[in-house]
Amino acid sequence: MSKQSYRIEIAGESALILYFAEHMSADISQRVLQATQALHSALADVLVDLTPSYASLLVCYNPLFTDHFAVRQRIHHTLSALSQQSEQSGQLVELPVYYSEESGPDLARVAKLHQLSIEQVIELHQQQSYRVYAIGFAPGFAYLGELNEQLATPRLDSPRAKVPKGAVAIADRQTAVYPAVSPGGWNLIGLCPVSMFTPDQTPSMPVAVGDEVRFKAIDKAEFLKLGGVL
Amino acid sequence: MTGIRIEQPGILSLLQDQGRFGQSQLGLTTGGPADAEAFRWANALLGNTPGSCCIEISMGGLELTMLQPSRIAVCGAEMPLRINQQPKPLWQSHPVQAGDIIELAMATAGLRSYLAVDGGFQLTPQFGSLSTVVREGIGGLDGGKLKVGQQLAIGTHQNKPNWQLPKSYRPDYQAPLKLRLIEGYQSDDFSIASKQRFYQHTFRISQQSDRMGYRLEGLALSSQRRSMLSEGICYGAVQVPPDGQPIVLLSDRQTLGGYPKLGSVLSLDCWQLAQRSAGTELHFEAISIEQAHNTLHLAEQQFQRRLQHLQPVV
Repeated sequence: MSKQSYRIEIAGESALILYFAEHMSADISQRVLQATQALHSALADVLVDLTPSYASLLVCYNPLFTDHFAVRQRIHHTLSALSQQSEQSGQLVELPVYYSEESGPDLARVAKLHQLSIEQVIELHQQQSYRVYAIGFAPGFAYLGELNEQLATPRLDSPRAKVPKGAVAIADRQTAVYPAVSPGGWNLIGLCPVSMFTPDQTPSMPVAVGDEVRFKAIDKAEFLKLGGVL
Repeated sequence: MTGIRIEQPGILSLLQDQGRFGQSQLGLTTGGPADAEAFRWANALLGNTPGSCCIEISMGGLELTMLQPSRIAVCGAEMPLRINQQPKPLWQSHPVQAGDIIELAMATAGLRSYLAVDGGFQLTPQFGSLSTVVREGIGGLDGGKLKVGQQLAIGTHQNKPNWQLPKSYRPDYQAPLKLRLIEGYQSDDFSIASKQRFYQHTFRISQQSDRMGYRLEGLALSSQRRSMLSEGICYGAVQVPPDGQPIVLLSDRQTLGGYPKLGSVLSLDCWQLAQRSAGTELHFEAISIEQAHNTLHLAEQQFQRRLQHLQPVV
Protein backbone atom coordinates (compact mmCIF):
# COMPACT_ATOMS: atom_id res chain seq x y z
CA MET A 1 0.00 0.00 0.00
CA SER A 2 1.56 3.32 -0.94
CA LYS A 3 1.76 6.13 1.57
CA GLN A 4 -0.53 8.23 -0.63
CA SER A 5 -3.35 5.71 -0.45
CA TYR A 6 -4.31 6.78 3.07
CA ARG A 7 -3.81 9.70 5.42
CA ILE A 8 -3.32 9.64 9.18
CA GLU A 9 -4.94 12.10 11.57
CA ILE A 10 -4.69 12.43 15.32
CA ALA A 11 -7.89 11.26 17.02
CA GLY A 12 -6.87 11.69 20.65
CA GLU A 13 -4.01 11.42 23.14
CA SER A 14 -3.60 7.73 22.39
CA ALA A 15 -5.39 7.22 19.08
CA LEU A 16 -4.62 7.79 15.42
CA ILE A 17 -7.17 7.39 12.66
CA LEU A 18 -6.32 6.22 9.15
CA TYR A 19 -8.54 7.45 6.33
CA PHE A 20 -8.42 5.41 3.14
CA ALA A 21 -11.16 7.31 1.27
CA GLU A 22 -14.17 9.54 1.83
CA HIS A 23 -16.62 7.15 0.21
CA MET A 24 -17.54 3.49 0.63
CA SER A 25 -16.66 0.74 -1.80
CA ALA A 26 -15.80 -2.93 -1.60
CA ASP A 27 -12.24 -2.14 -2.68
CA ILE A 28 -11.71 0.46 0.08
CA SER A 29 -13.29 -1.86 2.64
CA GLN A 30 -10.88 -4.58 1.58
CA ARG A 31 -7.92 -2.27 2.15
CA VAL A 32 -9.24 -1.33 5.60
CA LEU A 33 -9.53 -5.03 6.45
CA GLN A 34 -6.05 -5.81 5.13
CA ALA A 35 -4.56 -2.93 7.18
CA THR A 36 -6.46 -4.06 10.28
CA GLN A 37 -5.06 -7.57 10.04
CA ALA A 38 -1.51 -6.38 9.37
CA LEU A 39 -1.47 -3.80 12.20
CA HIS A 40 -3.02 -6.24 14.64
CA SER A 41 0.22 -8.19 14.68
CA ALA A 42 2.69 -5.43 13.77
CA LEU A 43 1.63 -3.15 16.66
CA ALA A 44 0.78 -5.92 19.13
CA ASP A 45 3.17 -4.65 21.84
CA VAL A 46 1.55 -1.19 22.07
CA LEU A 47 -1.94 -1.81 20.74
CA VAL A 48 -5.09 -1.26 22.83
CA ASP A 49 -7.81 -1.56 20.19
CA LEU A 50 -8.44 -1.42 16.45
CA THR A 51 -11.78 -0.17 15.12
CA PRO A 52 -12.24 -0.63 11.38
CA SER A 53 -15.15 1.07 9.64
CA TYR A 54 -16.23 1.80 6.07
CA ALA A 55 -13.17 3.72 4.94
CA SER A 56 -11.22 4.33 8.15
CA LEU A 57 -9.33 2.51 10.87
CA LEU A 58 -9.01 3.84 14.42
CA VAL A 59 -5.76 2.70 16.08
CA CYS A 60 -5.68 3.05 19.88
CA TYR A 61 -2.27 2.55 21.50
CA ASN A 62 -0.82 2.77 24.99
CA PRO A 63 0.73 6.26 25.29
CA LEU A 64 2.99 5.20 28.16
CA PHE A 65 4.76 2.70 25.92
CA THR A 66 5.15 4.73 22.74
CA ASP A 67 4.21 8.03 21.08
CA HIS A 68 2.35 9.05 17.96
CA PHE A 69 5.54 9.58 15.91
CA ALA A 70 6.65 6.02 16.49
CA VAL A 71 3.19 4.61 15.84
CA ARG A 72 2.86 6.58 12.58
CA GLN A 73 6.23 5.32 11.46
CA ARG A 74 5.35 1.72 12.26
CA ILE A 75 2.01 2.09 10.46
CA HIS A 76 3.74 3.43 7.32
CA HIS A 77 6.36 0.73 7.51
CA THR A 78 3.76 -2.03 7.91
CA LEU A 79 1.35 -0.79 5.27
CA SER A 80 4.02 -0.05 2.68
CA ALA A 81 5.09 -3.68 2.89
CA LEU A 82 1.58 -4.82 1.97
CA SER A 83 1.26 -5.68 -1.66
CA GLN A 84 -1.91 -5.06 -3.61
CA GLN A 85 -2.79 -8.63 -2.86
CA SER A 86 -5.37 -10.45 -4.82
CA GLU A 87 -8.67 -9.96 -3.08
CA GLN A 88 -8.91 -12.19 -0.04
CA SER A 89 -12.55 -12.99 0.19
CA GLY A 90 -14.31 -13.47 3.50
CA GLN A 91 -16.72 -16.33 4.10
CA LEU A 92 -20.16 -16.33 2.52
CA VAL A 93 -22.91 -16.45 5.14
CA GLU A 94 -26.53 -17.19 4.27
CA LEU A 95 -29.15 -15.71 6.56
CA PRO A 96 -32.79 -16.87 6.35
CA VAL A 97 -35.46 -14.17 6.42
CA TYR A 98 -39.21 -14.38 6.91
CA TYR A 99 -40.31 -11.42 4.78
CA SER A 100 -43.95 -10.47 5.32
CA GLU A 101 -46.14 -7.62 6.43
CA GLU A 102 -46.54 -9.46 9.72
CA SER A 103 -42.77 -9.63 10.36
CA GLY A 104 -41.81 -6.48 8.44
CA PRO A 105 -44.11 -3.58 9.40
CA ASP A 106 -42.51 -1.23 6.83
CA LEU A 107 -42.53 -3.68 3.90
CA ALA A 108 -45.71 -2.36 2.29
CA ARG A 109 -44.68 1.27 2.72
CA VAL A 110 -41.23 0.60 1.21
CA ALA A 111 -42.86 -1.15 -1.76
CA LYS A 112 -45.30 1.70 -2.31
CA LEU A 113 -42.57 4.35 -2.02
CA HIS A 114 -40.58 2.71 -4.82
CA GLN A 115 -43.65 1.73 -6.88
CA LEU A 116 -42.78 -1.94 -6.53
CA SER A 117 -44.80 -4.92 -5.43
CA ILE A 118 -43.97 -6.52 -2.08
CA GLU A 119 -42.68 -9.57 -4.00
CA GLN A 120 -40.34 -7.34 -6.01
CA VAL A 121 -38.93 -5.76 -2.84
CA ILE A 122 -38.24 -9.22 -1.40
CA GLU A 123 -36.70 -10.37 -4.66
CA LEU A 124 -34.42 -7.32 -4.91
CA HIS A 125 -33.32 -7.68 -1.28
CA GLN A 126 -32.34 -11.33 -1.54
CA GLN A 127 -31.02 -11.51 -5.10
CA GLN A 128 -27.57 -10.07 -4.32
CA SER A 129 -24.88 -10.60 -1.72
CA TYR A 130 -23.77 -7.85 0.66
CA ARG A 131 -20.42 -7.05 2.17
CA VAL A 132 -20.02 -6.57 5.93
CA TYR A 133 -18.54 -3.05 5.96
CA ALA A 134 -18.51 -2.39 9.68
CA ILE A 135 -19.80 -3.70 12.99
CA GLY A 136 -20.89 -1.20 15.59
CA PHE A 137 -23.75 0.87 16.96
CA ALA A 138 -24.50 -2.11 19.21
CA PRO A 139 -22.74 -5.45 19.75
CA GLY A 140 -23.25 -7.58 16.65
CA PHE A 141 -24.85 -4.89 14.50
CA ALA A 142 -23.34 -5.48 11.04
CA TYR A 143 -23.65 -2.76 8.41
CA LEU A 144 -24.23 -4.51 5.07
CA GLY A 145 -23.96 -2.85 1.67
CA GLU A 146 -24.73 -1.87 -0.85
CA LEU A 147 -28.43 -2.25 -1.25
CA ASN A 148 -29.93 -2.13 -4.74
CA GLU A 149 -30.55 1.51 -5.62
CA GLN A 150 -34.21 0.77 -6.29
CA LEU A 151 -34.65 -0.03 -2.58
CA ALA A 152 -32.73 2.93 -1.13
CA THR A 153 -35.09 4.21 1.57
CA PRO A 154 -34.51 7.08 4.01
CA ARG A 155 -34.56 6.41 7.75
CA LEU A 156 -37.83 6.98 9.62
CA ASP A 157 -38.50 10.59 10.61
CA SER A 158 -38.98 9.46 14.15
CA PRO A 159 -37.11 6.31 15.27
CA ARG A 160 -39.07 3.44 16.83
CA ALA A 161 -38.57 3.07 20.57
CA LYS A 162 -38.41 -0.71 20.19
CA VAL A 163 -37.21 -2.67 17.18
CA PRO A 164 -37.44 -6.44 17.75
CA LYS A 165 -34.43 -8.74 17.86
CA GLY A 166 -33.78 -10.21 14.42
CA ALA A 167 -35.48 -7.38 12.53
CA VAL A 168 -34.16 -7.16 8.97
CA ALA A 169 -33.93 -3.51 8.14
CA ILE A 170 -32.91 -1.11 5.39
CA ALA A 171 -31.74 2.52 5.47
CA ASP A 172 -30.40 4.41 2.45
CA ARG A 173 -28.25 1.87 0.61
CA GLN A 174 -27.56 -0.27 3.67
CA THR A 175 -29.22 -3.24 5.27
CA ALA A 176 -28.77 -4.97 8.63
CA VAL A 177 -30.22 -7.43 11.11
CA TYR A 178 -30.86 -6.00 14.60
CA PRO A 179 -28.94 -8.24 17.05
CA ALA A 180 -31.12 -7.33 20.05
CA VAL A 181 -34.19 -5.32 20.95
CA SER A 182 -33.22 -1.67 20.64
CA PRO A 183 -34.47 1.70 19.48
CA GLY A 184 -33.99 2.17 15.74
CA GLY A 185 -34.85 4.33 12.78
CA TRP A 186 -34.37 1.83 9.94
CA ASN A 187 -37.23 0.43 7.81
CA LEU A 188 -38.23 -3.08 8.87
CA ILE A 189 -38.96 -5.60 6.10
CA GLY A 190 -38.65 -9.01 7.77
CA LEU A 191 -37.31 -11.11 10.61
CA CYS A 192 -34.24 -13.36 10.75
CA PRO A 193 -34.30 -16.32 13.17
CA VAL A 194 -30.48 -16.54 13.38
CA SER A 195 -29.01 -14.78 16.41
CA MET A 196 -26.52 -12.12 15.30
CA PHE A 197 -24.86 -11.89 18.71
CA THR A 198 -24.62 -14.62 21.34
CA PRO A 199 -22.19 -13.45 24.04
CA ASP A 200 -21.53 -16.89 25.50
CA GLN A 201 -20.82 -18.62 22.20
CA THR A 202 -17.58 -18.76 20.21
CA PRO A 203 -17.68 -17.13 17.78
CA SER A 204 -20.27 -14.78 19.21
CA MET A 205 -21.29 -13.55 15.76
CA PRO A 206 -22.10 -15.44 12.54
CA VAL A 207 -20.33 -12.73 10.47
CA ALA A 208 -17.16 -10.63 10.57
CA VAL A 209 -16.05 -7.50 8.72
CA GLY A 210 -15.18 -8.48 5.14
CA ASP A 211 -17.63 -11.40 4.96
CA GLU A 212 -20.36 -11.65 2.32
CA VAL A 213 -23.97 -12.06 3.41
CA ARG A 214 -26.83 -13.36 1.31
CA PHE A 215 -30.46 -13.39 2.48
CA LYS A 216 -32.79 -16.28 1.67
CA ALA A 217 -36.55 -16.00 1.95
CA ILE A 218 -38.25 -18.59 4.17
CA ASP A 219 -41.89 -19.04 5.05
CA LYS A 220 -43.52 -18.63 8.43
CA ALA A 221 -43.44 -22.35 9.27
CA GLU A 222 -39.71 -22.56 8.63
CA PHE A 223 -39.09 -19.31 10.53
CA LEU A 224 -40.80 -20.74 13.60
CA LYS A 225 -39.03 -24.08 13.17
CA LEU A 226 -35.68 -22.26 13.20
CA GLY A 227 -36.57 -20.71 16.54
CA GLY A 228 -37.94 -17.42 15.25
CA VAL A 229 -40.37 -15.53 17.48
CA LEU A 230 -43.15 -13.29 16.19
CA MET B 1 -21.35 -18.13 52.89
CA THR B 2 -18.53 -16.06 51.52
CA GLY B 3 -18.15 -12.82 49.59
CA ILE B 4 -20.52 -9.93 50.11
CA ARG B 5 -24.29 -9.45 49.87
CA ILE B 6 -25.93 -6.34 48.41
CA GLU B 7 -28.56 -4.98 50.83
CA GLN B 8 -29.24 -1.72 48.96
CA PRO B 9 -27.78 -1.09 45.50
CA GLY B 10 -28.21 2.70 45.62
CA ILE B 11 -28.90 4.79 42.53
CA LEU B 12 -26.46 3.08 40.16
CA SER B 13 -23.81 0.65 41.32
CA LEU B 14 -21.83 -1.27 38.71
CA LEU B 15 -19.03 -3.82 38.75
CA GLN B 16 -16.08 -2.37 36.84
CA ASP B 17 -12.57 -3.57 36.14
CA GLN B 18 -10.09 -1.70 33.91
CA GLY B 19 -12.35 -2.07 30.86
CA ARG B 20 -12.89 -4.29 27.85
CA PHE B 21 -10.26 -3.81 25.16
CA GLY B 22 -9.71 -5.36 21.76
CA GLN B 23 -13.41 -6.15 21.20
CA SER B 24 -14.55 -3.11 19.26
CA GLN B 25 -14.64 -5.19 16.06
CA LEU B 26 -17.70 -6.91 17.55
CA GLY B 27 -19.26 -3.56 18.35
CA LEU B 28 -18.47 -3.90 22.07
CA THR B 29 -17.49 -0.71 23.84
CA THR B 30 -14.77 -0.56 26.51
CA GLY B 31 -16.78 0.25 29.62
CA GLY B 32 -14.49 0.52 32.64
CA PRO B 33 -14.35 3.06 35.46
CA ALA B 34 -15.74 6.52 34.73
CA ASP B 35 -12.97 7.90 36.98
CA ALA B 36 -9.91 5.73 36.45
CA GLU B 37 -7.86 7.73 38.98
CA ALA B 38 -10.10 7.06 42.01
CA PHE B 39 -10.52 3.46 40.79
CA ARG B 40 -6.76 3.00 40.67
CA TRP B 41 -6.27 4.36 44.19
CA ALA B 42 -8.97 2.10 45.64
CA ASN B 43 -7.07 -0.96 44.40
CA ALA B 44 -3.65 0.50 45.24
CA LEU B 45 -4.57 1.12 48.89
CA LEU B 46 -5.21 -2.63 49.25
CA GLY B 47 -2.19 -3.69 47.23
CA ASN B 48 -4.51 -5.31 44.66
CA THR B 49 -3.39 -6.08 41.13
CA PRO B 50 -4.08 -2.87 39.15
CA GLY B 51 -7.39 -3.14 37.31
CA SER B 52 -9.00 -5.49 39.86
CA CYS B 53 -12.79 -5.40 39.82
CA CYS B 54 -14.42 -2.77 42.09
CA ILE B 55 -17.95 -1.49 42.58
CA GLU B 56 -18.47 1.91 40.98
CA ILE B 57 -21.11 3.72 43.02
CA SER B 58 -22.76 6.68 41.31
CA MET B 59 -24.33 9.24 43.63
CA GLY B 60 -24.44 6.85 46.60
CA GLY B 61 -26.89 4.77 48.58
CA LEU B 62 -25.01 1.43 48.52
CA GLU B 63 -25.33 -0.87 51.51
CA LEU B 64 -23.72 -4.29 51.74
CA THR B 65 -22.94 -7.00 54.26
CA MET B 66 -19.56 -8.68 54.45
CA LEU B 67 -19.88 -12.48 54.52
CA GLN B 68 -16.17 -13.06 55.12
CA PRO B 69 -13.22 -11.13 56.56
CA SER B 70 -11.50 -8.80 54.10
CA ARG B 71 -10.28 -5.23 53.79
CA ILE B 72 -12.05 -2.46 51.93
CA ALA B 73 -11.08 0.93 50.52
CA VAL B 74 -13.42 3.56 49.11
CA CYS B 75 -11.99 6.33 46.91
CA GLY B 76 -13.64 9.02 44.85
CA ALA B 77 -16.64 11.23 45.54
CA GLU B 78 -17.27 12.31 49.13
CA MET B 79 -19.84 9.68 50.04
CA PRO B 80 -19.98 9.37 53.82
CA LEU B 81 -18.81 5.81 54.66
CA ARG B 82 -19.99 3.93 57.70
CA ILE B 83 -18.95 0.49 58.89
CA ASN B 84 -21.41 -0.84 61.48
CA GLN B 85 -22.78 2.70 61.96
CA GLN B 86 -19.30 4.09 62.66
CA PRO B 87 -18.15 6.88 60.30
CA LYS B 88 -14.91 5.93 58.53
CA PRO B 89 -12.62 7.95 56.26
CA LEU B 90 -12.43 7.47 52.50
CA TRP B 91 -9.08 7.09 50.68
CA GLN B 92 -8.00 4.59 53.31
CA SER B 93 -8.03 0.80 53.72
CA HIS B 94 -10.10 -0.67 56.54
CA PRO B 95 -10.20 -4.21 57.97
CA VAL B 96 -13.70 -5.74 57.97
CA GLN B 97 -15.17 -8.91 59.47
CA ALA B 98 -17.94 -11.28 58.43
CA GLY B 99 -21.24 -9.68 59.38
CA ASP B 100 -19.99 -6.09 59.09
CA ILE B 101 -22.41 -3.70 57.41
CA ILE B 102 -20.94 -1.15 55.03
CA GLU B 103 -22.97 1.89 54.01
CA LEU B 104 -22.28 4.71 51.62
CA ALA B 105 -24.56 7.75 51.90
CA MET B 106 -25.27 10.23 49.11
CA ALA B 107 -22.25 12.11 47.76
CA THR B 108 -21.69 15.64 49.00
CA ALA B 109 -18.95 16.40 46.44
CA GLY B 110 -18.17 14.48 43.28
CA LEU B 111 -20.42 11.86 41.74
CA ARG B 112 -18.78 8.43 41.77
CA SER B 113 -16.75 6.41 44.19
CA TYR B 114 -15.02 3.03 43.99
CA LEU B 115 -15.25 0.33 46.61
CA ALA B 116 -12.42 -2.18 46.42
CA VAL B 117 -12.02 -5.39 48.44
CA ASP B 118 -9.01 -7.63 48.99
CA GLY B 119 -8.27 -9.41 45.72
CA GLY B 120 -11.15 -7.69 43.92
CA PHE B 121 -14.60 -9.05 43.05
CA GLN B 122 -14.36 -12.47 41.46
CA LEU B 123 -16.64 -13.22 38.50
CA THR B 124 -16.41 -14.87 35.12
CA PRO B 125 -15.19 -12.35 32.56
CA GLN B 126 -17.11 -11.76 29.34
CA PHE B 127 -14.96 -10.87 26.34
CA GLY B 128 -11.95 -10.56 28.62
CA SER B 129 -13.43 -8.17 31.17
CA LEU B 130 -15.84 -7.95 34.12
CA SER B 131 -16.88 -4.38 33.32
CA THR B 132 -20.64 -3.88 33.18
CA VAL B 133 -22.08 -2.07 30.19
CA VAL B 134 -25.82 -1.89 30.88
CA ARG B 135 -26.76 -0.81 27.35
CA GLU B 136 -25.07 -3.93 25.95
CA GLY B 137 -26.19 -6.24 28.76
CA ILE B 138 -22.58 -7.37 29.09
CA GLY B 139 -20.34 -7.88 32.14
CA GLY B 140 -20.94 -7.84 35.90
CA LEU B 141 -23.19 -10.53 37.31
CA ASP B 142 -25.96 -10.36 34.70
CA GLY B 143 -25.07 -7.43 32.44
CA GLY B 144 -27.01 -5.03 34.63
CA LYS B 145 -26.59 -2.80 37.66
CA LEU B 146 -26.34 -4.36 41.12
CA LYS B 147 -29.61 -5.44 42.73
CA VAL B 148 -30.84 -6.19 46.25
CA GLY B 149 -29.85 -9.62 47.52
CA GLN B 150 -27.09 -10.34 45.01
CA GLN B 151 -24.11 -12.14 46.43
CA LEU B 152 -20.65 -11.50 45.00
CA ALA B 153 -17.50 -13.58 45.47
CA ILE B 154 -14.35 -11.72 46.49
CA GLY B 155 -10.63 -12.51 46.63
CA THR B 156 -8.71 -13.94 49.55
CA HIS B 157 -8.28 -11.84 52.67
CA GLN B 158 -4.83 -10.26 52.86
CA ASN B 159 -3.55 -9.64 56.34
CA LYS B 160 -1.60 -6.57 55.24
CA PRO B 161 -1.16 -3.23 57.02
CA ASN B 162 -3.65 -0.45 56.25
CA TRP B 163 -2.75 2.70 54.39
CA GLN B 164 -4.20 6.07 53.60
CA LEU B 165 -3.57 8.58 50.84
CA PRO B 166 -2.46 11.93 52.34
CA LYS B 167 -5.16 14.60 52.03
CA SER B 168 -3.04 16.87 49.83
CA TYR B 169 -2.89 14.11 47.18
CA ARG B 170 -6.65 13.68 46.90
CA PRO B 171 -8.47 15.29 43.98
CA ASP B 172 -10.87 18.18 44.53
CA TYR B 173 -14.06 17.47 42.60
CA GLN B 174 -15.33 20.99 43.21
CA ALA B 175 -12.36 22.71 41.62
CA PRO B 176 -13.06 24.71 38.43
CA LEU B 177 -12.90 22.37 35.47
CA LYS B 178 -10.82 22.92 32.37
CA LEU B 179 -10.88 20.23 29.70
CA ARG B 180 -7.62 19.95 27.79
CA LEU B 181 -8.43 19.10 24.17
CA ILE B 182 -6.14 17.50 21.62
CA GLU B 183 -7.49 18.67 18.27
CA GLY B 184 -7.93 15.99 15.67
CA TYR B 185 -10.45 14.03 13.60
CA GLN B 186 -12.49 16.64 11.64
CA SER B 187 -11.11 19.69 13.50
CA ASP B 188 -10.10 21.29 10.20
CA ASP B 189 -13.77 21.37 9.19
CA PHE B 190 -14.50 23.86 11.97
CA SER B 191 -13.56 27.46 11.11
CA ILE B 192 -10.78 29.17 13.05
CA ALA B 193 -13.28 31.76 14.25
CA SER B 194 -15.69 29.14 15.54
CA LYS B 195 -12.84 27.33 17.33
CA GLN B 196 -11.76 30.60 18.95
CA ARG B 197 -15.28 31.15 20.24
CA PHE B 198 -15.33 27.54 21.46
CA TYR B 199 -12.23 28.01 23.62
CA GLN B 200 -13.48 31.32 25.04
CA HIS B 201 -16.93 30.03 25.87
CA THR B 202 -18.10 28.64 29.21
CA PHE B 203 -20.12 25.45 28.78
CA ARG B 204 -22.49 23.85 31.23
CA ILE B 205 -23.00 20.11 31.80
CA SER B 206 -26.46 19.04 30.60
CA GLN B 207 -28.89 16.75 32.43
CA GLN B 208 -28.39 14.29 29.57
CA SER B 209 -25.00 13.11 30.79
CA ASP B 210 -24.03 9.61 31.77
CA ARG B 211 -21.28 6.99 31.45
CA MET B 212 -21.79 7.01 27.68
CA GLY B 213 -21.16 10.69 27.20
CA TYR B 214 -21.46 14.14 28.73
CA ARG B 215 -23.60 16.51 26.74
CA LEU B 216 -22.67 20.18 27.12
CA GLU B 217 -24.85 23.24 26.74
CA GLY B 218 -23.82 26.63 25.51
CA LEU B 219 -22.48 27.96 22.27
CA ALA B 220 -23.66 26.02 19.22
CA LEU B 221 -20.78 24.93 17.01
CA SER B 222 -21.08 24.23 13.35
CA SER B 223 -18.75 22.38 11.05
CA GLN B 224 -18.59 22.89 7.31
CA ARG B 225 -18.95 19.18 6.75
CA ARG B 226 -22.27 17.97 5.32
CA SER B 227 -22.05 14.22 5.70
CA MET B 228 -19.46 11.65 6.64
CA LEU B 229 -19.08 7.90 6.97
CA SER B 230 -19.32 6.37 10.44
CA GLU B 231 -15.90 5.87 12.00
CA GLY B 232 -14.28 4.67 15.23
CA ILE B 233 -14.72 6.86 18.31
CA CYS B 234 -11.93 7.03 20.88
CA TYR B 235 -12.24 7.82 24.60
CA GLY B 236 -12.84 11.52 25.20
CA ALA B 237 -13.84 12.32 21.61
CA VAL B 238 -15.80 15.57 21.32
CA GLN B 239 -18.62 14.99 18.90
CA VAL B 240 -20.73 17.79 17.47
CA PRO B 241 -24.19 16.67 16.32
CA PRO B 242 -26.40 18.89 14.10
CA ASP B 243 -27.72 20.89 17.08
CA GLY B 244 -24.14 22.13 17.63
CA GLN B 245 -23.97 21.19 21.33
CA PRO B 246 -20.76 19.20 21.96
CA ILE B 247 -20.80 15.76 23.57
CA VAL B 248 -17.71 14.35 25.29
CA LEU B 249 -17.79 10.58 24.76
CA LEU B 250 -16.72 8.48 27.74
CA SER B 251 -16.33 4.84 28.86
CA ASP B 252 -19.66 3.50 27.54
CA ARG B 253 -19.54 5.41 24.22
CA GLN B 254 -20.77 3.72 21.05
CA THR B 255 -17.87 2.26 19.02
CA LEU B 256 -18.81 3.98 15.72
CA GLY B 257 -20.38 7.31 14.95
CA GLY B 258 -20.99 9.60 12.03
CA TYR B 259 -20.94 13.11 13.50
CA PRO B 260 -17.97 15.47 13.06
CA LYS B 261 -15.52 15.56 15.96
CA LEU B 262 -13.23 18.38 17.08
CA GLY B 263 -10.69 16.12 18.74
CA SER B 264 -10.53 14.43 22.13
CA VAL B 265 -10.29 15.50 25.75
CA LEU B 266 -7.25 14.35 27.74
CA SER B 267 -8.15 11.22 29.72
CA LEU B 268 -7.10 12.79 33.04
CA ASP B 269 -9.70 15.53 32.48
CA CYS B 270 -12.39 13.06 31.33
CA TRP B 271 -12.11 11.40 34.76
CA GLN B 272 -12.64 14.77 36.42
CA LEU B 273 -15.59 15.48 34.12
CA ALA B 274 -17.24 12.20 35.12
CA GLN B 275 -17.14 13.40 38.76
CA ARG B 276 -19.17 16.53 37.95
CA SER B 277 -22.95 16.77 37.87
CA ALA B 278 -25.40 18.61 35.63
CA GLY B 279 -25.13 22.38 35.75
CA THR B 280 -21.37 22.46 36.41
CA GLU B 281 -19.56 25.03 34.28
CA LEU B 282 -16.40 24.26 32.37
CA HIS B 283 -14.26 25.43 29.51
CA PHE B 284 -11.85 23.94 27.00
CA GLU B 285 -8.18 24.57 26.33
CA ALA B 286 -6.24 23.31 23.31
CA ILE B 287 -3.06 21.34 23.93
CA SER B 288 -0.74 19.63 21.48
CA ILE B 289 -0.34 15.87 21.30
CA GLU B 290 3.21 16.30 22.62
CA GLN B 291 1.95 18.25 25.64
CA ALA B 292 -0.66 15.54 26.15
CA HIS B 293 1.92 12.74 26.17
CA ASN B 294 4.19 14.73 28.46
CA THR B 295 1.28 15.30 30.85
CA LEU B 296 0.39 11.61 30.87
CA HIS B 297 3.97 10.60 31.65
CA LEU B 298 4.20 13.15 34.47
CA ALA B 299 0.87 11.98 35.89
CA GLU B 300 2.11 8.39 35.86
CA GLN B 301 5.33 9.39 37.64
CA GLN B 302 3.33 11.36 40.17
CA PHE B 303 1.12 8.36 40.87
CA GLN B 304 4.13 6.10 41.40
CA ARG B 305 5.75 8.67 43.72
CA ARG B 306 2.56 9.09 45.74
CA LEU B 307 2.27 5.35 46.04
CA GLN B 308 5.59 5.45 47.91
CA HIS B 309 4.25 8.15 50.25
CA LEU B 310 1.16 6.38 51.57
CA GLN B 311 0.71 6.91 55.30
CA PRO B 312 0.26 3.91 57.59
CA VAL B 313 -3.03 3.92 59.50
CA VAL B 314 -2.34 3.81 63.21
